[in-house]
Amino acid sequence: MAPILEVRNLTKQFGKGKERVTAVDSVSFAIEPGETVCLVGESGCGKSTTGRMVAGLLEATSGEVLFEGKNIKQLDSAAFRRYRQSVQIIHQDPYSSLNPTQTVRQILTAPLLRHNKVKPGATAEKRALELLEVVDLTPARDVIDKYPHQLSGGQRQRVAVARALTVDPKFIVADEAVSMVDVSIRVSILTMLARLKEEFHVTFLFITHDLALAKYFAWEGRITVMYLGRIVEDGPTQRLITDPRHPYTQALLSAVPEADPELAQHKRQIELRGAEIPSLLALPPGCTFHPRCPYFAPGLCDVAAPPLEAIPEGGRVACPVRRQERVSLLV
Amino acid sequence: MAKNKLDWHTGEQNNGRAPLSLENVHVSYATRRGKVRAIRGVTLDLHAGESLALIGESGSGKSTLGLAIVRLLPETAETSPGVITYRRDGREVDVLRLKPNEMREFRWSECAMVFQAALNAFNPVLKVWAQALDTAKAHGWHDKDAIRRRLVELLEFVQLDPKRVIDSYPHELSGGMRQRVLLALSLLLNPQILILDEPTTALDIITQRTIIKLLRELKEEQHFTMIFISHDLAIAAELADRVATMYAGRVVELGASDDIFYRPRHPYTLGLIRAVPTVTGGFEQLFSIPGSPPDLVELPSGCKFHPRCAFATDRCKQEEPELEEVGPGHTAACWHWREVEAELQRNPLHRGALNVLDVIEIDEEVVS
Amino acid sequence: MNMIRDILNWLGTTLKLMTYNKAGFIGFLATCTILVICLIGPFFIPLDTRTKLDKIYQPPSTEHWFGTDHQGRDIFSQIVHGGKDVIYVAAVAAFLSTFIAVTFGTLSAFAGGAVDGFIMGLTDIILTIPQFPLLAVLAAFIKLDNLTFLGLFLGLLSWPALLRAVRSQALSLKERDFVEAARALDLGAGHIIFRELVPNMMTYIVISFTLALTAAVYTQVGLVLLGLVPVSSSNWGVMISLAWTQGAIFFRDAMWRIMMPILAIALFQLSVITMTRSLELAFNPRLRTMV
Repeated sequence: MAPILEVRNLTKQFGKGKERVTAVDSVSFAIEPGETVCLVGESGCGKSTTGRMVAGLLEATSGEVLFEGKNIKQLDSAAFRRYRQSVQIIHQDPYSSLNPTQTVRQILTAPLLRHNKVKPGATAEKRALELLEVVDLTPARDVIDKYPHQLSGGQRQRVAVARALTVDPKFIVADEAVSMVDVSIRVSILTMLARLKEEFHVTFLFITHDLALAKYFAWEGRITVMYLGRIVEDGPTQRLITDPRHPYTQALLSAVPEADPELAQHKRQIELRGAEIPSLLALPPGCTFHPRCPYFAPGLCDVAAPPLEAIPEGGRVACPVRRQERVSLLV
Repeated sequence: MAKNKLDWHTGEQNNGRAPLSLENVHVSYATRRGKVRAIRGVTLDLHAGESLALIGESGSGKSTLGLAIVRLLPETAETSPGVITYRRDGREVDVLRLKPNEMREFRWSECAMVFQAALNAFNPVLKVWAQALDTAKAHGWHDKDAIRRRLVELLEFVQLDPKRVIDSYPHELSGGMRQRVLLALSLLLNPQILILDEPTTALDIITQRTIIKLLRELKEEQHFTMIFISHDLAIAAELADRVATMYAGRVVELGASDDIFYRPRHPYTLGLIRAVPTVTGGFEQLFSIPGSPPDLVELPSGCKFHPRCAFATDRCKQEEPELEEVGPGHTAACWHWREVEAELQRNPLHRGALNVLDVIEIDEEVVS
Repeated sequence: MNMIRDILNWLGTTLKLMTYNKAGFIGFLATCTILVICLIGPFFIPLDTRTKLDKIYQPPSTEHWFGTDHQGRDIFSQIVHGGKDVIYVAAVAAFLSTFIAVTFGTLSAFAGGAVDGFIMGLTDIILTIPQFPLLAVLAAFIKLDNLTFLGLFLGLLSWPALLRAVRSQALSLKERDFVEAARALDLGAGHIIFRELVPNMMTYIVISFTLALTAAVYTQVGLVLLGLVPVSSSNWGVMISLAWTQGAIFFRDAMWRIMMPILAIALFQLSVITMTRSLELAFNPRLRTMV
């Protein structure tokens, strides 16, 4: 199948002169229709910047974003607007993603009317109510005239999803979409998103720092791990979680606090050589993880950026030293 | 490591009594919409040398309770009825009746609070050394050399390079470093109890791990008495001896960490645990709790959890259950805890482990 | 009908929120009272134009509440008649400057790039010109005897500071996720400016308007006092100006004549400034939707 979305050597730099930082550095990946891909990494790894470039909200410094096989930079303005609507984004903070001065009705009907999805009046209302039901905000009539602050964090996030659905998107970038939602309702939102994937044939790029959530959401899909602007490893979720190959992925998995006392006790602790993440302003040469990496090989790791290479177990790993090695995460 | 030089006050016995006892503590705020009832009758003993985790969602009252203990609530907060008794070296004080100057002393020298390491936990124009010096001086400690020695020891304990950190401004430090500096500063005046509010939230995963390791060291090697406040169950699983689940301003379940994670008896605790995925655990079916956290102004009748509870009956709508003993050292406030127990026998909270290389056997007894 | 109901609802909410701050609400009531007296008062209280030689410079009494002037005319009636023009000119100026500042400030922030550069450049130039001397010089060349014209003239010169403030507000709002969502939904620049950004700046805009209003009152009175604006009608500024030029400050009997218009201006300004405390509440989007 042809990928619905592909990025090639995508790079984003911010600032000028000495302040210039490379937030995303030659990132390439492809996502097929219906696939669920999680982009995982710590703050500052470039995952959100990548998401915003994919959604056409931020222009890449170099590299290409291809949506349905077409480079978005070469689209004419009508085609670009179609692409813009086809790719929607769901933000992290439910307190900032909805305009506090608008009711749910206004939030949902504005895009419906603007893009002539419905006629003004009763049909607009009907469609808005339908969408609220799609995102499990029922009874929809009780919600439609509420202001965002009258809703809980989870309900707001559902409204944000309904708003994205107004323009019938094919692709949704969910940027930390449940990180700020109460623990007890995260799962129901993830389940709802998974249902949209089936019912509306929406493909998801799920961006998160939470590996446990990524594992749960993309169990049948893929995880891509980013570190300081580069992809260090990707692969099918089940392979990546049980058999991580890149030392950074291993370190990350071993560091994640576990919500289970037995697992917490039995987890292997991978000791890093340095605890602090280097600044984007002064990135180390070669593999950017080498100053912290326990397997650092001088003369190899600190010279050139290691290429992402495919491994037979599935996916790609950017580490020539440890690509073949397996590590147990539990002791 | 200079650990042995640190002069911790942790071995005190207080004649076998808990260093901190909360009795029927209430906190409420008057607002235009009505009275916000943030804490409604919490009774709790914090034992010497234990680490207790308060878990719950937003609005459960866990943070308010922490702030109430060190009396950092906004002025509009009403804190009666209720008694918070603090004990050290055989003396006993009622925290809620302390005068403002006594309270300042209490906050650093007896019961220190460590906040989430946001920049605003620091004075932005003071270097780390100046912050420490100000704090020490405000508490009548004027020997500059001794203060410096103490700070250096503490910074080494939190695995920071004192030379680098001591003359830095807060903004020059990373989030993880700031959290460690905050921890070191809070230990400066040798408190008996530490209260940590979301100690790892907003930190990167690998940094979270270094903080967890440090706190484990405080717990396991120094037997520090600590309270962790977090929405993140993982913090409780990683660090707590005992866990208190809070909902709508009350402790609804309290027990040893293993009891709470593997043998919960309150449907809310069970719901929370079933809602949270793990990384190395097997692929689990997760469930969320229906509905939203309660409105603290218009609380539901009876058990405050009944609108979201699968076990709820008419009795739950009318009568609010009190904590009752459900096992040794394990209490829960639910009319139907036996049904929760039966449910867990049918569907145990057995996550198993996912790691394909050497799968660990989880102790059968623990899972029960 | 729906529209009328909506408007009434809106007014009800606004009034209710305004009562939340007592001082602010008193300021609001005082402002309303002054407006009513100045706008409707002239229809009921005739302007006293008759010279009464036996009543020159009288202190306040039951007959003449605010005393009398150098021709024995009633000062109260002059105060009542003299507010309308001052307030009208100030309102025109405040409307114009707020309108310019909000429209171009938001546009500048939203468009960025060359548009932003041009607008900000122009703003900085106008901001650096000392306003009052410029007005004084211009007033000497242009005949400012039309009130609307005077108001527009004042408004045209007083927007830059407000524009800068609106721009920085809009810049921070622009970073909010709901604005990015609106861009992703391709809702268009007009929608984003007027439906997403401006409603969230309403508090700020309303307060800026009242501050522009008070500033315009002072500038206007200053210009009149210096005799640079030959406004013929009797207004508070002209009253002070006349009293001043006729040496009212030099003898005690004439005190009322110069004090009363000053008091009227001060009271009006105080009321408006105090009212902003309530406006802050009334236009806070969060509070609005809570009642």
